[in-house]
Amino acid sequence: MNIAVCVSHVPDTATRIVIGKDEKSIDQSGVTYIINPYDEFAVEEALKTKEQFGGEVVVISVGSDSSKETIRKALAMGADRGILLKDDSPRDSFSVAKALADEIKNQNCELVFMGKQSVDFDNSITGQITSELLGYSCITIVVDLKIENNKIIAEREIEGGKEVVESELPAVITAQKGLNEPRYASLKGIMAAKKKVIEEKPALQVDNLTEILKMKKPAPKSPGRILGSDSTAVSELVKLLHEEAKVI
Amino acid sequence: MPNKILGILEQREGKLKKVSFEVLSVVSNLASRLNLEPEAIIVGNEIENLDEALNYGVGKIFHLKNENLANYSPSGYADVISEQAKELNTNYLVFPNTALGRDLAPRISVRLNGGCIVDCISYEISNGEVIATRPVYAGKALIDVKLKSDIKIITIRPNVFKPQKKEKSSTASIIVKDIQSPNLKTRTIEIKKSEGKLDVAEADIIVSGGRGLKGPENFYLVENLAESLGAAVGASRAVVDAGWRPHNEQVGQTGKTVSPSLYIACGISGAIQHLAGMSSSKYIVAINKDKEAPIFNIADYGIAGDVLEILPKLTEEIKQIKS
Repeated sequence: MNIAVCVSHVPDTATRIVIGKDEKSIDQSGVTYIINPYDEFAVEEALKTKEQFGGEVVVISVGSDSSKETIRKALAMGADRGILLKDDSPRDSFSVAKALADEIKNQNCELVFMGKQSVDFDNSITGQITSELLGYSCITIVVDLKIENNKIIAEREIEGGKEVVESELPAVITAQKGLNEPRYASLKGIMAAKKKVIEEKPALQVDNLTEILKMKKPAPKSPGRILGSDSTAVSELVKLLHEEAKVI
Repeated sequence: MPNKILGILEQREGKLKKVSFEVLSVVSNLASRLNLEPEAIIVGNEIENLDEALNYGVGKIFHLKNENLANYSPSGYADVISEQAKELNTNYLVFPNTALGRDLAPRISVRLNGGCIVDCISYEISNGEVIATRPVYAGKALIDVKLKSDIKIITIRPNVFKPQKKEKSSTASIIVKDIQSPNLKTRTIEIKKSEGKLDVAEADIIVSGGRGLKGPENFYLVENLAESLGAAVGASRAVVDAGWRPHNEQVGQTGKTVSPSLYIACGISGAIQHLAGMSSSKYIVAINKDKEAPIFNIADYGIAGDVLEILPKLTEEIKQIKS
């Protein structure tokens, strides 16, 4: 089975976000980039699926040269080869998905994995758009996956529970935390990844459908009152919640 | 004839969800400010409280009905909603930002050749255009964003916009359309409910526990407090990664971003990823031994003490005030 896994190069979740001078993006200085945490679950599931059915796992990313580090990380975990769809300018989910769908068609992949969202813009829509463009089925926020013949049975997280969803290949699956335990790249894997090919090509040129007018920090919350250091403060707390905040 | 704005309502087990009334209120508000005709779509089988939806200032509500669409089917719902939206020649669509709405909105966007903005928490109108504000980086920053496409789709975060009843419009009516053989290529075959639990993504009050609880065996203290308040139980990433709690309870950057009226953080020091996910809560209470913990920087009220000692007392006093 030809499997694609789409990965995104994002600021580490420990990053303190500083707004850039253009007031439309973040200040990149001193920011460490990592593989999007949800994409690690996607890579792991792609590798497990390959182990079960055979085939090849190709890692695809849309972005600038630095995205190669993230592709390399997936290769070190065990993916076979990488493709960087190069574009230095910012893209929204629609133009990322269009570039991905275009390449997935070239690669003839019948199963596509990606994280349920990237932890930068938190859109959580790229998988669905990609599937629509390809005419594939799509199941999002997946925490359990079984594939048999052409049939897929997946569990997706919803409010207050899970939906068990049945579908068929070809398909796009977006991975949620809990789907699996991503493997660590072994030293051997890291060495092998250095020799694996990352093909570079220009990303399909399309227009963004959204435009960011301004990026800003949320209004800072000012620290409140410390009411005490033991259970004698409880009565005052309950009174404040009831009478001042009126939330209970 | 004015152009249209459509609200996509959501039902679960044949009952409209609260967020549906929030969607209707946003649709009605945008309709009057942009001079659009407000209408709505609901997909499902029998829906017991659908009449209530007529009280929020929206005209026709199209009930796209089939027994096989009682539960969510991405393929079936996307087909019938996009066809109905095309037939009505709509310009704007508003979805709830739920597991269902967030799954559907981008699919419908592609089919209608439109764009979408998800997780909107406020909006303004400027030169006849909607400028939406939404959190990014799990709430560490906000963006003001607009759509450049002709067809515009937004999803709104639950619990943020107030449902507002209005006088019934003269065109208010429910139009039932029976759907013949829906596309069930991708469909729900079973729903596994978490036993009697409220979900952090939907709750108005959340009680979250962290490492300060010392072990999973003490989490019942958090559960008891949550129960006394009718609240959902949340957890920090540390205790989820340690296997104390399931990941669907995790609040923060690789968990859920929440904005309840009241968030009680118990034994949580407040890593930056956690603060990002909950700092937009209306009121925050922190209970933590270390008075230097970052959680106190954003808490409205704090007790710098032992969570194991404080929680039983707090639960007891809340039960008293509730009774």
